[in-house]
Amino acid sequence: MAKTMERSGGKLSQKLGELTENVQSSQAWNSIFRPGSVFRKGYTDSPRNRSYVIMNSVLYHLHPVKVKRHAVKVSYTLCLGGLSFFLFILLTITGIFLMFFYRPTAAQAWDDIYTLQTSVTFGLLVRNMHRWAAHLMVLSVFLHMARVFYHGAYKPPREFNWVIGVILLTLTLLLSFTGYLLPWDQLALWAVTVGTNMMGYTPVFGDQVRFVLLGGKEIGTDTLLRWYVLHVLFVPFVTVIFLAIHFWRVRKDGGISGPL
Amino acid sequence: MTEIPEHLRKRAEEARQKAAAKKAAEGGAAPAAEPAAAPAAAEPEAAPTGGGDTGKIPAHLLERSKAAKARKAGGAEAPAAAAAVATAAVGAVATAAPPPTATGPAGHTQRLLTVVKAGSIQDVKAAPQDKVHVWPHLLAIEFVAALVVLVFTLIFSVFVNAPLLELANINETPNPSKAPWYFLGLQELLTMFHPMVAGVTIPGMGIFLLILAPYIDRNPSNKPEDRKFAISVFTVQMMYWAVLVIIGSFFRGPGFNFVAPWSAGLFFEL
Repeated sequence: MAKTMERSGGKLSQKLGELTENVQSSQAWNSIFRPGSVFRKGYTDSPRNRSYVIMNSVLYHLHPVKVKRHAVKVSYTLCLGGLSFFLFILLTITGIFLMFFYRPTAAQAWDDIYTLQTSVTFGLLVRNMHRWAAHLMVLSVFLHMARVFYHGAYKPPREFNWVIGVILLTLTLLLSFTGYLLPWDQLALWAVTVGTNMMGYTPVFGDQVRFVLLGGKEIGTDTLLRWYVLHVLFVPFVTVIFLAIHFWRVRKDGGISGPL
Repeated sequence: MTEIPEHLRKRAEEARQKAAAKKAAEGGAAPAAEPAAAPAAAEPEAAPTGGGDTGKIPAHLLERSKAAKARKAGGAEAPAAAAAVATAAVGAVATAAPPPTATGPAGHTQRLLTVVKAGSIQDVKAAPQDKVHVWPHLLAIEFVAALVVLVFTLIFSVFVNAPLLELANINETPNPSKAPWYFLGLQELLTMFHPMVAGVTIPGMGIFLLILAPYIDRNPSNKPEDRKFAISVFTVQMMYWAVLVIIGSFFRGPGFNFVAPWSAGLFFEL
């Protein structure tokens, strides 16, 4: 009995091996996975394949194939820039989830959030993650800026990338601040009231700035719609453009700075 | 930048070390074994350095090229005399080269046009950079870092809920009303300055100065010891800002008046 099972098991694994072999050598499979992919048949660790992994991946090829050895030291970058980008991705994913359950009107917004928390599977968890990741991203972008300053990494030839970075910092604050209003609770309403009142003191065009920000004279359902569109579409769109320039310039300016 | 493949660079380094070790061993062994012969042993080593640039060219080739030059200078008048002069100029060279003729030494038709020294064509100016592959060295680190942050956010979100206060009510102002934490420094400034200064001028100047930082700071060094001024100015600004945010977050209560968080409690929502 045991022998037959063993034999059938051996047969099964042999069949599975054959199947894997056939799939991995098929045209379809090889058209999907570019050379160097670990899903290809016969990936071996060679300098050539290590290069292919980076060159043939749409995501990884943000990186060059090789970097200076000191650039991979965690104690130099503390991963802060990369983590800010990762948090941005995490916020996009959790944010898309939240959009399915949210309507940006004064009559429905708060109820939608409440319903999301109480009766949507993982609704509360995803909202929590979105909130905490947002605060974390503001923090990590700040720390990233401090890290870059202390390493003198804004000096030539990286001056312009620092400027892009400062723009990204303000965009991050804007992203966070526009999201602050969306739950439409007392915290959101009054935090935004304080914020927009402050911007209303802009010299010369103060009232106009405030009007544009609020979509009216007072905070209301128009403000909510306006900030919703800014939060989920406009500011992320602009941010992605600046992120692209930021990453591209990192490479064009010769990789990350240092060593000190 | 010119980049030498890592394995080649390593191989060259090893060879160089081996050669250095061999040289050191020879130099160390010779005087110990035969102290009297030490100057003699040092002589062949000194000769090439004394010879300077010509050290790498074999003596008989040098002699031949000089003879050819002399012949050219002398023209067809006295080829034999020129050859004699050439041998005299070279002096006491051990290898006795055959007299230069139009054909090669053994009747060959090819002749030496020039001697190209190693390093004169393939002169690599850029120092080889120590580089590593992004996969796996960098991607592994990024993956772990992202995973740590993801797990942290997930676990934190399981245990701590995001605030959701009661429905917004325009007629009921909570006391205190606070901005999000990163703007609490500005709100703190509001207690000291006119709103236009606190809300627009100071943050605007701050961002403007940050953008201008690389154009203001003309010091090319990135070493901390060379940029004490820049670092102290930045640190003081950051600390100033952090203190304002902390005061605004934890030490301001109803009416935005000072409170002590340990006695009056927290008036702070994230």
